[in-house]
Amino acid sequence: MTKIKSLADLKKMKSDLQSKIALREKSDTPEGRTLIKVAMATCGIASGSKQVMDFLVEELDKRNVDAIVTQTGCMGYCYAEPTIEVTVPGKDPVVFGYVDTKKADDIIEKYIKNGELLEGIIPVNYETIEKNK
Amino acid sequence: MAKYKMHMLVCGGTGCRASASDMLYENLKKEVQDNNLEDDVQVVTTGCFGFCEKGPIVKVIPDNTFYVSVEPDDAKDIVAEHAIKGRSVKRLLYTDPAKKEQIPDSKHMGFYKKQIRIALRNCGLIDPENIEEYLAADGYEALGKVLAEMKPEEAIQEVIDSGLRGRGGGGFPTGIKWQIASKVDGAQKYVVCNADEGDPGAFMDRSILEGDPHSVLESMAINGYCIGATKGLIYIRAEYPLAIKRLKIAIKQAREFGLLGKDILGSGFDFDVEIRYGAGAFVCGEETALIHSMEGDRGEPTFKPPFPAQSGYLGMPTNVNNVESYANIPVIFNKGAKWFASIGTEKSKGTKVFALAGKINNVGLIEVPMGITLREVIYEIGGGIKDGKKFKAVQTGGPSGGCLTEKHLDTPIDFDNLIAAGSMMGSGGMIVMDEDDCMVSVAKFYLDFTVEESCGKCSPCRVGNKRLYEQLELITQGKAKKEDLDKLRNLSNVIRDTSLCGLGQTSPNPVLSTMDNFHEEYLAHVTDKQCPSGVCKDLIRYEVIAENCVGCTACARNCPVNCISGERKQVHEIDQALCIKCGACLEKCKFNAIAVI
Ligand SMILES: Cc1cc2nc3c(=O)[nH]c(=O)nc-3n(C[C@H](O)[C@H](O)[C@H](O)COP(=O)(O)O)c2cc1C
Ligand code: SF4
Ligand code: SF4
Ligand code: SF4
Repeated sequence: MTKIKSLADLKKMKSDLQSKIALREKSDTPEGRTLIKVAMATCGIASGSKQVMDFLVEELDKRNVDAIVTQTGCMGYCYAEPTIEVTVPGKDPVVFGYVDTKKADDIIEKYIKNGELLEGIIPVNYETIEKNK
Repeated sequence: MAKYKMHMLVCGGTGCRASASDMLYENLKKEVQDNNLEDDVQVVTTGCFGFCEKGPIVKVIPDNTFYVSVEPDDAKDIVAEHAIKGRSVKRLLYTDPAKKEQIPDSKHMGFYKKQIRIALRNCGLIDPENIEEYLAADGYEALGKVLAEMKPEEAIQEVIDSGLRGRGGGGFPTGIKWQIASKVDGAQKYVVCNADEGDPGAFMDRSILEGDPHSVLESMAINGYCIGATKGLIYIRAEYPLAIKRLKIAIKQAREFGLLGKDILGSGFDFDVEIRYGAGAFVCGEETALIHSMEGDRGEPTFKPPFPAQSGYLGMPTNVNNVESYANIPVIFNKGAKWFASIGTEKSKGTKVFALAGKINNVGLIEVPMGITLREVIYEIGGGIKDGKKFKAVQTGGPSGGCLTEKHLDTPIDFDNLIAAGSMMGSGGMIVMDEDDCMVSVAKFYLDFTVEESCGKCSPCRVGNKRLYEQLELITQGKAKKEDLDKLRNLSNVIRDTSLCGLGQTSPNPVLSTMDNFHEEYLAHVTDKQCPSGVCKDLIRYEVIAENCVGCTACARNCPVNCISGERKQVHEIDQALCIKCGACLEKCKFNAIAVI
């Protein structure tokens, strides 16, 4: 290990290391952040929700979107898998169906960043999702 | 580097490790590997989450799912259900004892709602054996800033402005202490971290060292820069092996990264830290005794002045601070003295860590803002009194402190209010008592501890406390008279006023405060020869209530001295002359036919 030689070095090192615990720090203060739940039950995984999750985690970070991605059990929309639920601060949760990476890209750019409504929203009752958690 | 989507934080504090949390960690790692999830799920050992009542704890990030009482075998389910299928493992969730409902995540737990974590900020968040995680959590940035941008006087002023007061018991303003030490000249000055922590039931400092050792090292270096010391010593009891192990790892890593040693961060400032071991004597936590113990002499206190700042370790100017005091320092520099001073009461700023114990639902480690009330601590964070019993008192300040009662429940807790209420902050032990606790016995328990731990150097403490203990014993045996209570008080005052060190000066506090707050209970012991809580063995009898007894023989079969007689289906009888008052019969009788009188 080479020694850290200055405050500037220390700060650089910190920004390189920050991603190690960023997830933990974010989850400690979920208020004010966009929450995304990806359905990862058998039906979801079979239809590609794992790839969608990987894509979201990777891209949200790259594009500096302050969001927390968690996985959840089956949301009960197996016909429309992969499904994801997006809660932008101050708005009601919205569930999107048939999400692939392209759709996920749209969701980030249009819905999360600009608040535009998109196709593919499944009408939802929030209660059922909490219960299926 | 893989980007983990899920972190599983496993508590690696002493408490949880005693329940095999290290094996649980290994199992989780293995399950993650077996399922090819190494790139997605990170398993991390962290410091204490504080919820020791229900350990071992596993917290899953990002959803904050909080699993309690997790066993090594549960690793399979956690990975299969939570990591793969995204469903929480319901049977491992925490159930709120009052509402009887399962709590999905830590954000919904009453235990955490009123807590503010400053000293414990990294406990349960980072891996204490990995300096990179500390660096990621703003680690050593305060030191870097102080060295590069502040003069020692400016840094000291920041600590003064924060209003931080020593967390080791006395509550002396930390910044002022540094200022005094900075003005004394000496060939070699020292910074000492007091990690002796010997109060019964206290484990605040140990948990900080186990969960976040670097924060203490960083602060000691800042302290060194401020007062002009290049050497730091940590005095810790040898019976804290896990804390010692993690400190050693932290010191080694900090040296490798150039954060301890010569020319730290290119500033020209040298500072290094060594560990010194104590043998576990309570009095060695007193700063002069601690210094003598480190010098290889007997761990006995000496008269102050001279204070350590004037003549401390090897006769040199020495600054002694407590572990928790140090753990606050980096945050004061990172967030500013103003931010720190915005928390707490007028004269007590910031937070205090308490070890909550006794007859309370949520036993554990908590950090709360100064000024919180006992009611909030006991009923909201602590989840109320165990088994729905009635609250009676809270002991704070350990063997130097006193009891607070019902009438103090809404008093804001800070240094000065606790003293005004006849107790003290102490290092942060908080033992909750219910209606079944006898306050004379509680006082006797602490005196027993004091008598054991008195170093014997001065007679008021050595002889006086022994006499005090004997007096209390006579009261619990029903052999004391009402006049003896006055003697007890006089003796207490003499010990308090004439002892050499803090141990003797505060040792009568448990007696005085229980006499003040529970006078009736003392009177019952000396005049009626009764123990209202049914604790003092010499003052109680176990008797069979004839109309309830169905003659099931359970009591007789379980009595260890065979002093219960009676035929099957006949009323039983206890031979009082032989009964040793063990309580076994009371516990076994299913018909409410045994009573304590
Ligand atoms: C009998 C006795 C025991 C003490 N034990 C401790 C201890 O275990 N840890 C501690 O930090 N301070 C202890 N102290 C207080 C120390 O003497 C000293 O005031 C303290 O370490 C200063 O640090 P602070 O200003 O940061 O609180 C004890 C004092 C007395 C009289
Ligand atoms: S008060 Fe007690 S512990 Fe302190 S010096 Fe005297 S005998 Fe020793
Ligand atoms: S256990 Fe209770 S009911 Fe049974 S014999 Fe003893 S006192 Fe009577
Ligand atoms: S209290 Fe113990 S010794 Fe006494 S009668 Fe009951 S079981 Fe026997």
